Amino acid sequence: MKRLLAYRLAVIAGAIALLEIFCLTGVIDKITMQPPHLIARDLYRLLASGKMNGAIWKTLTNTLLALVLAIGVGVVAAALLHRLRALRDTLDPLFATYYAVPVFAFYPFFIVVFGLGDLPQILIAFMLGVVAMIVNTLNGLDRVPPVLLKTGRIMRLTPIDTALRLTLPAAGPYILTGVKLAVAYAFIGIIGSEFILSRGGIGYEINFAYNNFDNATMYPLIVLILLASIAINTVLTRWEKTLLARRGAR
Amino acid sequence: MKAQVALSNVGKTFPASPTTAPLHALGPIDLELRRGEFFAVVGPSGCGKSTLLEIIAGLTPPTQGSVEFEGRTIAGEAPDSIGVVFQEDASLPWLDVTENVAFGLRRSKLPKDERDARVRDALRLVGLSDFATSYPAQLSGGMRQRVCIARTLVMQPRLILLDEPFGALDQQTRLLMGDELLLMWRATGATVFLITHALDEATMLADRIGVMSARPGRLIDVVETNWPRERDSRIVERSEFGAITARLWKTLREESLKTIGRAVPKPAADA
Repeated sequence: MKRLLAYRLAVIAGAIALLEIFCLTGVIDKITMQPPHLIARDLYRLLASGKMNGAIWKTLTNTLLALVLAIGVGVVAAALLHRLRALRDTLDPLFATYYAVPVFAFYPFFIVVFGLGDLPQILIAFMLGVVAMIVNTLNGLDRVPPVLLKTGRIMRLTPIDTALRLTLPAAGPYILTGVKLAVAYAFIGIIGSEFILSRGGIGYEINFAYNNFDNATMYPLIVLILLASIAINTVLTRWEKTLLARRGAR
Repeated sequence: MKAQVALSNVGKTFPASPTTAPLHALGPIDLELRRGEFFAVVGPSGCGKSTLLEIIAGLTPPTQGSVEFEGRTIAGEAPDSIGVVFQEDASLPWLDVTENVAFGLRRSKLPKDERDARVRDALRLVGLSDFATSYPAQLSGGMRQRVCIARTLVMQPRLILLDEPFGALDQQTRLLMGDELLLMWRATGATVFLITHALDEATMLADRIGVMSARPGRLIDVVETNWPRERDSRIVERSEFGAITARLWKTLREESLKTIGRAVPKPAADA
């Protein structure tokens, strides 16, 4: 296990080193990209100066908002759909083809209806994530062993108690898979829409820096997004591992 | 004394579906359970044993006849004071043993220390006191089943229904679990209704044993064991044990042959 981790770190370090060499030797010219050590320095300066704090804050809070919305609405919708067989059968094809539709194609419509504020960005991110939540939660609810449902009836749980104390916890690992996807979708939705329909946020700042040939801002921001999403994913994966270990391979 | 549970003319027919004919699964059955007795049911596979249990538990309504529990008709709702232990593992993997056992008490209005005391007592009764903070995944199958039994006991049921609770366990564990079941039965004073496919298990544990026919399941024999209330698995050494088990098998053999689709062979000349 330790050795595997060392190999993985070596691959990443090797890639960065290669990039560094290419940049320093001029294979990649200075206007295209800064060498990694300068990107790191610029990122530090950018964060220390505090001038991006507003953009970072906006992006993170909007992502979190979209994520919380997607999780909340997704889990509740799935719990309801699970009980409403006919509605679920009606909507199933929609869920199956949902991700074939690029939500971003609707961005002119969103601008017309909601303007350039935060709302359309949060909505796009929410729409991207919510179906992943619904599909995964339903998947988990389908796999709750019938004997647990019988147990709930013997204990005379109300429908809400059955959902909160029995079926949703039983579906926990599947819901967590949905959450991991929703995190990724929320980031994609927010950063992506900041590129095209916003006047703030990390996505907007990257786009702005790009248009002004400002590599000292653009690359550090890209790295910042990378680090943020890797960090969140690592935390979630760790959490998932401890949960699954506790529940055993059942 | 009035019976605690009274089934009169109880039957179940599953309605036809687009692909299947209607299925007469069970009955008619008349049966009375005495308060505090240990009643076991044996029968060939598919004879509707589990359906019978689900009807008494109020999990499924009968299509004919009626069930009374302590004078009240059970109509498709699980009454309080009836506990059920299923064959499948019904422990909740996201809760530790204590939380599992306390699961049904959340709804009750008992004060917290009373609840804690009940959980401790139930854990001691099933011998899991040392595993109070373990998770089900860390326990063996037999221990998980004991968690489920403790979760039922903690509700202090007056009738405990068990649907082949030891079916998935190995023979030695089953014998020991049988001993523990007898202990709990005596300690709680509850009526126990046990479904099993193991004839020796039924003989060893029960005061009375009901034998069911092949589908549609009816009661074709009820055997009294006349065991003393203080008893354990060593009862298998008694000569009556063999005689009772033999009588059960004699009745069951023909029925079991029917379910596997064999013609009933002519009995050999009786000695």
